[in-house]
Amino acid sequence: MPNSAEKNPLRDPRDRRLTRVAGPSALVFFGVTGDLAKKKLLPAVYDLVNRGLLPPSFALIGFGRRDWSDDDFRQQVRESVEAHARTSFREDVWNQFQEGIRFVQGAFDNDDAFERLKATLAELDETRGTRGNHAFYLSIPPKAFEQVLQKLADHDMAESQDSPGWRRVVIEKPFGHDLESARELNSIVEKVFPVDSVFRIDHYLGKETVQNILAMRFANKMFEPLWNCNHVDHVQITMAEDIGIGTRAGYYDGVGAARDVIQNHLLQLLALTAMEEPISFNANHLRAEKEKVLEAVTLPENLEEAYAIGQYEGGYQGGEEVKGFFDEKDIPADSRTETFAALKVNINTRRWSGVPFYLRAGKRLGRRVTEIAVIFKKSPNLLFGGAADNTGQNAIVIRVQPNEGMTLRFASKVPGTQMEIRDVNMDFGYGHSFAEESPEAYERLILDVLLGEPPLFPRHEEVELSWKILDPFEEYWEKNKVKPEGYKPGSWGPASAHEMLERDNRAWRRP
Amino acid sequence: MLFELKNTTASAIDKKLNQVLEDSGNTTTSRVLTLVILAEQGHSKLAVEAAQQASHEHPSRIIVHIAHEADAEDRLDAEISVGGEAGASEVIILRGYGKASRATESLISALLLPDSPIVAWWPHSVPENASEHSIGKIAQRRITDSARAQDPMMVLRQLAKTYTAGDTDLAWIRLTLWRIQLAAVLDQLPAAKVKRVSVAGSSKSPSVVLLGAWLGYKLGAGVHLTTKGADRGLYRVALEREDGKVMLYRPGRSIVTLTSPIGPDQQISLPVRSLAECLAEELRRLDPDKVYGEVLTQAIPAVEMVVDMNAAEVIDEVEDFTEEYDA
Repeated sequence: MPNSAEKNPLRDPRDRRLTRVAGPSALVFFGVTGDLAKKKLLPAVYDLVNRGLLPPSFALIGFGRRDWSDDDFRQQVRESVEAHARTSFREDVWNQFQEGIRFVQGAFDNDDAFERLKATLAELDETRGTRGNHAFYLSIPPKAFEQVLQKLADHDMAESQDSPGWRRVVIEKPFGHDLESARELNSIVEKVFPVDSVFRIDHYLGKETVQNILAMRFANKMFEPLWNCNHVDHVQITMAEDIGIGTRAGYYDGVGAARDVIQNHLLQLLALTAMEEPISFNANHLRAEKEKVLEAVTLPENLEEAYAIGQYEGGYQGGEEVKGFFDEKDIPADSRTETFAALKVNINTRRWSGVPFYLRAGKRLGRRVTEIAVIFKKSPNLLFGGAADNTGQNAIVIRVQPNEGMTLRFASKVPGTQMEIRDVNMDFGYGHSFAEESPEAYERLILDVLLGEPPLFPRHEEVELSWKILDPFEEYWEKNKVKPEGYKPGSWGPASAHEMLERDNRAWRRP
Repeated sequence: MLFELKNTTASAIDKKLNQVLEDSGNTTTSRVLTLVILAEQGHSKLAVEAAQQASHEHPSRIIVHIAHEADAEDRLDAEISVGGEAGASEVIILRGYGKASRATESLISALLLPDSPIVAWWPHSVPENASEHSIGKIAQRRITDSARAQDPMMVLRQLAKTYTAGDTDLAWIRLTLWRIQLAAVLDQLPAAKVKRVSVAGSSKSPSVVLLGAWLGYKLGAGVHLTTKGADRGLYRVALEREDGKVMLYRPGRSIVTLTSPIGPDQQISLPVRSLAECLAEELRRLDPDKVYGEVLTQAIPAVEMVVDMNAAEVIDEVEDFTEEYDA
């Protein structure tokens, strides 16, 4: 038996300079010619190698239809590393890394190809010393999951019972398009891989700022006493993009903003913002708290007043003429797919009772931004009433991207003889206090997969709970054939979104 | 932007600095620490550059005190630079003559960031007693560089004698990548008794001694230091185990070859790190490095270390090898 970290005499919990290096392993990429692989995944793997966090016996295998040799693939990897890696390109590091790169040519339904993949893995176990530890990264459309997983099972690559080492599978969103399909997908995955070998990637959770939500909430004393319905009026979680759907009509049509973004990213942000303190960073503890709060989410009784959906129109946005949703390539004229969605949900716990959480996501909005705004109740303003009516509503804004950081908004006296009050901002910029060396989210996540550390990966139960929150809205839209309302590009969504908050005597923040 | 003040005082410097920062729209609120560099005349440039680079990861206020002639007339000159080359930091270079040649809390306290940790760094010499030094006393972290001394054993003994929680040394920091890889190798191997540890590198390198002591202490083995004719830094470490040898060997500056009882030889990226990278690592955590303290005060005296200056060594000739103090 190899030393476990506990038995290794060189390991010492006090010795915090000793970071963990992944053990010997092979990472197999399905869908290696995709944009994500080229721009993010392959560069992230190289960056890990360059930082010395992957072992010398690490191997990378691409699986795809292209008629490539190992060397062709190496060339591809090299190009994407040179173009997109965060750390500098070093020839000697590359040479060491590239010896472990292989390409297996074949279609997802081709038995010979999977037999070759198996042989390649066996060869790498032998020559490179990957010791039977294999991770399969499925960067492919969910349609192809079943096929690939089935083939992995058929060719005995998914089971590790009779062979040394571990097997893990990494899947990307979307995890289904509703509760039923998510369950179906999950049963396919878990038929082949055991529950704790499945890593669902939500790259948002790999971001430093998202992990900082936990630090901000639980490493500090001053925020937590305010973090409840006694003081908080409501919470707004926004993820906005200023671009349109571009050429992604094939994926986007029929999915829409709610499924694409709210179901996964925004509900994860909601969970981290609203959950109770986990007793440790252990995956089980963290996930249990997230699940508790997701399970406590309730929808307003009158669903009709708890959403707004929209589709962007064409127009002149920020200095360029942009297409409307219906002018994008391959969007049918009767599409009811929303490019903007805003939802209102409640959390039925003692902490959050009566505090609505407003979630909004959309394309072609005012700017690219993701943030969580916790808006506090108004102060009674006996002293400073009158003209200062619109001030005094404090806010804590956690900016997830860009300009990662946090803003604290509070009222201050305007210089002069009169008691005039104005809101001012106090700002913490992540980039100012801890500059540039923040690793890419994918680096962190890939390393965690290889180390087998699951806290940052949502469990299937969380996926199910998220669908349970979203499905009633989707069903309502479907049943009533709700037509999304048009909105101007570069605006903050359709009029109905603003009306939705006005009904509650509130207003959206302008991020 | 660079501003010079001649024959000045700390409060005048502070005033000027605040004005400069305000004018440039920079505020100091996001600086996380004050780094005080205690330098000698004519040697401060490299240290300042390293600190500026490190400030990209840890935005800081950098105060460099350069000790000039102590017998000159009392005088304090200052240079302030912000923005541009100063990176994510503001740099105040103090040139002290006469009484001002001694860096003390009284001299610089007007310039320290309020309520932020202070790190003191002696880039060229090891002070007699870092934690008793006027600046060292108020610092959370005291960084020395024993590699600048002539006799590593002696300087380490000196550091051990005055060790106080919060002390740390660059010779130890330079070892981190080696230690990470050694620990990772042992993660993968079955437990086995280590008969002997051997470390090879320059006889002037305290890193060689520290690595040997750490390994010997943790693994309960005798240590053999091979230092003959090696005019380069740490380049090889081997653990002789009952089931074979684990060895990391780096003839050049970046790639190490790993030999282990299982599997073929492998290569790992293990580059020599720059001063700035080491400093940036050091500033990541400001709580005491207890393991360093243990190695310094307990492991070095306890571990049986044989220094072999005559072993016949064959080192691969490579074009680009390391400096004596590198690791």
